[in-house]
Order: sequence, then structure tokens, then C-alpha cells
Amino acid sequence: MSPTRAPAQTSLYGLLAAFTTPEALLEATRHARRAGYRRLEAYTPFPVEGLAEALDFRQTHIPLVVLLGGLVGGVGGYVLQYWINVIDYPLNVGGRPLHSWPAFIPVTFELTILIAALAAVFGMLALNGLPMPYHPLFNVPRFASVTRDGFFLCIEARDPIFDRAETRRFLESLGAYEVAEVEP
Amino acid sequence: MSEDNATPPAQNEQDEPTSTPVLEPGYTYASVTDKISAITLSRGTPSGWWIGFGLAFLLVMVLLFAITYLLAVGIGIWGVNIPVAWGFAIVNFVWWIGIGHAGTLISAILLLLRQQWRTSINRFAEAMTLFAVACAGLFPILHLGRPWYFYWLIPYPNTMGIWPQFRSPLVWDFFAVSTYGTVSLLFWYIGLIPDLATLRDRSQNRVGRVIYGILAMGWRGAARHWHRYEMAYLLLAGLATPLVVSVHSIVSFDFAVALVPGWHSTIFPPYFVAGAIYSGFAMVMTIAIPVRAFYHLEDFITLRHLRNMAMIMLATGLMVGYGYLMETFMAWYSGNGYEIFMQRNRMLGPYAPIYWIMLTCNVLMPQALWFRRARESVPLLFIIALIVNAGMWMERFTIVVTSLHRDFLPSAWGMYYPTIWDWATFIGTIGLFAALLFLFLRFLPMISIFEMRELVSETEGGQDSQVRETTA
Repeated sequence: MSPTRAPAQTSLYGLLAAFTTPEALLEATRHARRAGYRRLEAYTPFPVEGLAEALDFRQTHIPLVVLLGGLVGGVGGYVLQYWINVIDYPLNVGGRPLHSWPAFIPVTFELTILIAALAAVFGMLALNGLPMPYHPLFNVPRFASVTRDGFFLCIEARDPIFDRAETRRFLESLGAYEVAEVEP
Repeated sequence: MSEDNATPPAQNEQDEPTSTPVLEPGYTYASVTDKISAITLSRGTPSGWWIGFGLAFLLVMVLLFAITYLLAVGIGIWGVNIPVAWGFAIVNFVWWIGIGHAGTLISAILLLLRQQWRTSINRFAEAMTLFAVACAGLFPILHLGRPWYFYWLIPYPNTMGIWPQFRSPLVWDFFAVSTYGTVSLLFWYIGLIPDLATLRDRSQNRVGRVIYGILAMGWRGAARHWHRYEMAYLLLAGLATPLVVSVHSIVSFDFAVALVPGWHSTIFPPYFVAGAIYSGFAMVMTIAIPVRAFYHLEDFITLRHLRNMAMIMLATGLMVGYGYLMETFMAWYSGNGYEIFMQRNRMLGPYAPIYWIMLTCNVLMPQALWFRRARESVPLLFIIALIVNAGMWMERFTIVVTSLHRDFLPSAWGMYYPTIWDWATFIGTIGLFAALLFLFLRFLPMISIFEMRELVSETEGGQDSQVRETTA
């Protein structure tokens, strides 16, 4: 996987191609995958349908993380109440059973939602590697438009078939109106 | 009746397709971004903002003064006593938490139902939810008597060797409201991250870049990130939907689990949830109408949005009306003397004017929304929204006070009169709500920018298809 080119090229993060429409970017991403590039990422100002699939990124672990969060919250919430109200601090209120499970449902439900929601948010951030204060792409001035109207495709230098000149020519042939070199 | 309600707009769209779109035509990704972010970044602070924020800030000072006096002297400064121990604090708590329901409803339920029109109103509806929950949360804590011990509600190992009683609805309430506050905050913040990145990239000064940059956490719009983001957002919406229904149900258990006539009723959970959505939409309307006029956002918050919200208000208003009707019917049908007396006391007793004004505000006035002309008149919608806000407050007053003040034993009857401190605390929270809202409007994008860009890509398909043909 390590690049076998001259050391000058390892000092490059990758090549960033700018497109004007989501459709052009989607098309370019498909072409790049077909041409054999594997270390590439697309950047857009809003979620573009089909782009993750074009990058062959289908599976995300978010649903599993949320499910686990919900299970922890639900089981943990019920066990917490059972342990407190039945084992550690039993209170006899009018002779009613200590383990009066229907009364434990509201808090169990709320804690299921709470932990699942926390898992969704923090799981998403962790899997995305955020917060990330520094990223090489922020060195490219034009990349600021990724949060406005810019659509970008970046082929990273660690891609096995990356070649500074060849990859640039390839990206230009896909209809990119600008190809910039990204400093690491 | 909902079908009758749904057909006119459909016909309307066929007759005049351009009259009420979700987004006025002619916008691009760039122009939509610039127009919304300019309010925060480059248009400065309008003098109207200073006047509004100044007034709200004065009321926040009133609130702080009232709270300080309360902490110094105790809740004897309020009008609460036996038999009416709940008074304004619980009335205002239920009112505020009800208002807080529209934000999550718009964000989560309308997202799951793929209602495109939610896009331009969800952000500030969520903000409104957050601020309303903050105001709501103050009241039960202040009502505790020794508010500084509120953390005793949290189950944590302590030196006193005691634990909360999980069979008490008040403990359920604590969990429901704090979960709701937390999940609303997460939902709001997650929605803000891509827009904070927009503000970071478009900010002209260093302070803005640093603050928005920290808050955006290095968001760079990668396709894999978007994929996980959308999945997490969808799941959050799915989690928030049962949550929003559960919160006001649990608030209603505070009443329904008690034996007091007028409270001990199985209709309470659905009736409270419908009322919460009703008052929440009324508050969204109360805020949206002046804001869209002041910031000239008529292109983004169109008549279509106002009309749809008016129809939801009409539908939930009818559900609330059904709740009133059933309360009265069940009181009679139960044959229970206390229930019958409670209902008669509501209608004819010392607090009868509030009951009848409530019925006028919540049931009679919104019937105007059956008419298309009323739904398309912005000033009228604003007035109806204000009336519903007031009516829903009176509903909570009726439920809390008229049930408690004359329950079983005539010897234990009494009257409840709010004091100046009750009013100061209530009006103070309105100030707190408004002040937070003004700060939000000034410093954060009030409309979700990235979702508006998405909307542009979906609605301006005609323009994009030409590009698509040339590139493909």
C-alpha cells in the first residue's frame, strides 16, 4: 500500500478536483472508482444521494451503536430501579409489592431513549473522527466553498496507483474546472 | 374532517402551481447560503433587534429579582397554600413544556413523514423547544421549597444513604423532562454542525472563524461523514418521536395518578399531547410571522408553511376540544358526585370566567381556520396564534387550580390568588425565552442552510438537468 514513488510525492496529501454540480461530482467519482482508485473521498455542501455508494461505502455501524446504546439504557435503567427500590432501599408503601414493575416503565423508557440518542450523536462523531481541528484540505483556499456551493473529489497520495501528473490529467479529463495540490 | 382539510391545498396546487411553493424559485446553492448566513455574519445588528433584546433583557432582570427574593424568603411569597399547593409554578411548567413539543414534532415526525415544508422552520422550532424546556424546568425546581437540593432527584450514591422513590410520578417527570431537554439539545446541535462549518468558512473576522470553527468541530462535508450523519440524524428522529409523545404523557401522569376529581382520568395522556402540539404550533407561528417579516424571509418561510401550520393547529385544536367534551361527558356518565361537582364548579364556580374564556380561545376562535381566506391572512393567523397561546395557559390554570381548590371535603376548600411574585416569575420566564431567542436569531443560522441547499437541488431540478445533460 505504501507509495513507491519519489519522496517529493509523499509530501503531498492528494489532489483535489473541483466540480460545479453534484451530478458532475457523482459521475467523476464513479469514473475514478472504475479507473481503479481506492483512496478517494468526495466533499459536498449537502448530502448527495448515491455518493457514498459510488465510493463503495455502504455499511455504517451507526445503527448497531444506537441499538447497543438503547439496550444499555433500557436494561441498565430497569436494573437500577430494581436494585434501588427492591434491594438496597425497600420502602413499604401501603403493602404494595416492592417490585411493582409497571411503575418502573416510564424511567426505563426514558433512559432507553437517552442512552440511544447519546450513542447516536457521539457514535457518529467518533466514527467520523470529529472533532478534528486540523485537516490538510483546509490548506486549499477554494475548499472553503465546500460549505457553500463547491463539490470536490480528492484522490489521496497514498492510493497505490496515484501519480502526481497522471492523476491530475485524469481528474481534468473528468470535467473538473480546477485541480489543486493539497499540502499535508 | 382531516380529508376535507387536506383536499383544498391539493386542488390549490393544481390550479395555481406557483402560488405557494416551499421555496420561492430562482435560488441557487450560493444565494441561499449567502442570504441566511448574512443575517448572522454581515448584516450587523439592526436597531429593532436591540429594542427587542433590551425589553427581553429587562424581563430577565425581573425574573432574577423574583428568584433571588424567593431564595431569600421562601415560597411563601407565592400565592400557593393548602388546598392549592401547585398554583402558577405548575401551570407555567405545563404550559412551557407543552410549547416545547412543536420543535421536536416538526424536526422529527415531519422528517420521518418526508414533509418537505419542515425544512425552513425546523431550526428555530428546535431552538424554541430548547428555550421553552429551559423555562419549564425552572418552575418545578423553584417550587421545591429548597431549590438548591433539586439534585436529590438524581439517583446517586450519597452520604445520607437514601435513594429516589421510582414509584412516584414526580421522579418520572424529572427523568422525562431532563431526557427531553438533553435529546432536544443533541438534535439541535447535530443539525447545526454543517451550518456552523458554513459560518466558519464565510466569517470575515478571526473571532467568528475561531468560535464557529470550534463549534463546527472540523466538519468538511465528506461523503462518508454525510452518510453516517444522515443515518444518525434519522435514528435520532426515530428516537425523538416516541420521546415527544412520552414526555407530555408523563407530565399528565403527575395529575392522572392522583385521586383528585378532574385529574384522575385516563384521557389525560392523549389530551395533554394534543394540547402540547397545539400550543407548540401556536408559538412557532407567533415567532415565525414577525421574524419572517423583520428579516425579509418571505421567500423561505412561505404562505405554504403558515397554511400547513394553521391546518395542524386546527386539527389538534379539535382534538383538544374533544378532550374538553369527554371530560364533561365522563364526569356526568361516571355518576360520581365529586366528578360532577368538579365539572359544575369549573363551569359555574368562582373560576368560571377563565373556563369560558379558555373554551372561546381554544375551541371557538380556531374554527376560523376552516376558511382558506383565514389561513392565508398573515395578520389573522398571528392573532389566532396569540389567542391559542393564551387559551392554552388558561387550560392549564383550569386543570391545576379548579380541581384542587374544591376537592372532597368542603371544610378544606379554599381560593387561590396569584401574588405579584407569581406574575413576576411568569413574565420573567417569557423574557428569558425571548432573550434567548433574540440571541439565537443574531448569532446562529435561524434556517437550516444545508437543508435549504438540498431543497434547492430538489426543487430547481429544471436548471440542473441542463447541466446534467452537458456533463454526462
